[in-house]
Amino acid sequence: MADVRFDQATRVYPGNDAPAVDALDLTIADGEFMVLVGPSGSGKTTALRMLAGLEEVDAGSIFVGERDITDVAPKNRDIAMVFQNYALYPYLTVAANIGFPLKIAGMKKRERERKVQEVAELLDITDQLHKKPGQLSGGQRQRVAMGRAIVREPSVFLMDEPLSNLDAKLRVQMRADIAALQSRLGVTTVYVTHDQSEAMTLGHRVAVLKDAKLQQCDTPRELYARPANTFVAGFIGSPSMNLCTVPVANGCVSFGGMPVSVPAGVAGDSVVLGLRPEALELAAEGLDAEVEVVEELGADAYVFCVAEVNGAPTKLVARSHARQAPHRGSRVKLRPLADEAHLFRPDTGERIDS
Amino acid sequence: MSAVAAPLERRRPPRAVRRRRFLIAVADHSLLIAAAAAFLAPVVFIALTALMTNDQALSAHLWPHPFRWSNFKEAISTAPLLRWTLNTLIYAALATIGILVSSIPVAYALAKLRWRGRNAVMLVVLVALMLPPQVSVVPLYVMWAKLGNAVGFHFVGSLWPLIIPAWLGDAFSIFLLRQFFMTIPEEYLDAARVDGCGELRILTTVVLRLAKPAIAAVALFSVLYTFNDFFLPLLYLSDNPSSWVVSLGLSQYRSLHQVQWNLTMAATLLVMAPVIVVFFLAQRAFVEGVTLTGVKG
Repeated sequence: MADVRFDQATRVYPGNDAPAVDALDLTIADGEFMVLVGPSGSGKTTALRMLAGLEEVDAGSIFVGERDITDVAPKNRDIAMVFQNYALYPYLTVAANIGFPLKIAGMKKRERERKVQEVAELLDITDQLHKKPGQLSGGQRQRVAMGRAIVREPSVFLMDEPLSNLDAKLRVQMRADIAALQSRLGVTTVYVTHDQSEAMTLGHRVAVLKDAKLQQCDTPRELYARPANTFVAGFIGSPSMNLCTVPVANGCVSFGGMPVSVPAGVAGDSVVLGLRPEALELAAEGLDAEVEVVEELGADAYVFCVAEVNGAPTKLVARSHARQAPHRGSRVKLRPLADEAHLFRPDTGERIDS
Repeated sequence: MSAVAAPLERRRPPRAVRRRRFLIAVADHSLLIAAAAAFLAPVVFIALTALMTNDQALSAHLWPHPFRWSNFKEAISTAPLLRWTLNTLIYAALATIGILVSSIPVAYALAKLRWRGRNAVMLVVLVALMLPPQVSVVPLYVMWAKLGNAVGFHFVGSLWPLIIPAWLGDAFSIFLLRQFFMTIPEEYLDAARVDGCGELRILTTVVLRLAKPAIAAVALFSVLYTFNDFFLPLLYLSDNPSSWVVSLGLSQYRSLHQVQWNLTMAATLLVMAPVIVVFFLAQRAFVEGVTLTGVKG
């Protein structure tokens, strides 16, 4: 086991000017479950492939423990990877697929079979061992791919969107299984996903990337509670945080008649006000809005409305109890919870701390 | 439920409907039936002539009377057909192994490895693919003759000028294999890389297994090509009958035996038989190979 450190690691694809990963600084502690999350093209998969040795590192370096692995061949990095499409060899049985890395490493057949059996028991796939991958369901294939990674007992696990080919229900179940497995094995894990809910539920810490740059790396709770900029604020949480630019007057901004104080020393005459849906309640007094859509989620409902903010029609989402959810087309009053408001600079999008 | 369901009795369509369906099927396939008949006619003609006496072979009768099965025995005994067959097998086997050994690594490098100049090399392969073999034949012949003089071995008159070039890569095989290798998902190779394989190991343990249909197709094309090849054997082997291959031997049957048509046809049938057997055994691989040559969108 080992910690992993990206030190100004940069990757520029041949023929491109813009880097796919730009000076990434990230330290992953020994045994930590780190999730890299971001939209398409943010560089999360490239960063993972750089760690695996499947992409060149054009500048900077990558360490596993004290060892600089920047120029080490993938096979010598002591890293195992689970791929999005599982990459199970169709011509090998499940047992042979799991045992493949051991065979390549030259392990004796009997020892290999014992290890494969152990891993199969751990993953509950002992009765599938003689089958070919084509005969398995998506969830079983996913387990076999995990098995192939686990069996080597590597110092780092890499997972590249391993759940994206599964249906929603199975994904939730496998998510729990992966989290349990990781905490049981205690192996440093780097997990890539574009699904923020997956990132929030799995990661000990989550690194949010956008346009090749690391935006913020923190625990899920901190990311949610104190997003570093408007991108993280909008990306983490579902539905997204409401973000609207409002003018500053007398050291505070007013939203729906409620004052939110702005820290002294903030330059400019406006700020971006961020309010999560649960920080915006339906009340008797507040900002006048028209309900466009109501999403019923059982206990709760999300109310999607349009309101005039700072002279422009703005879409807002509020959470309410399902029983009190308004009808589509009705008019409501939205009142912010001032304590839960976030403020960001309108020019850079950076968080303004109070 | 304890009751056992009665087996479903399948309804048979009325006779008139079946008849109409049969006729429609025949009409649908009429072009193919006509084409098949056109292709089959010469084979049938060869088979029938092979069973005739030589007098009958020159007459207007199509049906042999009596059937002379001894023609086959005679065809084998009057000319060194077995020797020619052995030469053909040596040529086909060594050339095919050579093509596979030399073309697979090149195709892999062109399809799956990133290196400077890859596209330029691919272009060279394509150009080589488009050149007819006749273009390079004269300089190659001169080269083999001069090389023979230099090392004191008569390459011209032996099978080596036919076999050795196959070990230096074949443009068509490289192209076909490359097209197939391109369709192998990169993740299989990446997984193998992370699991501890070097490129050579990936090629031998992963790519060869995944590319079996393409490799079978290349081998099959090569076997058929060498078996049917007439031009190069004629050029290099004419002066040395002990090195002849069957395609060359058959063409000499007439001059050797004052045109004994029945024996010529019997020998032809014997030579065709293995090709036909190979084709039927490997029909699927062959068809897959043909579809592989089409560029996938």
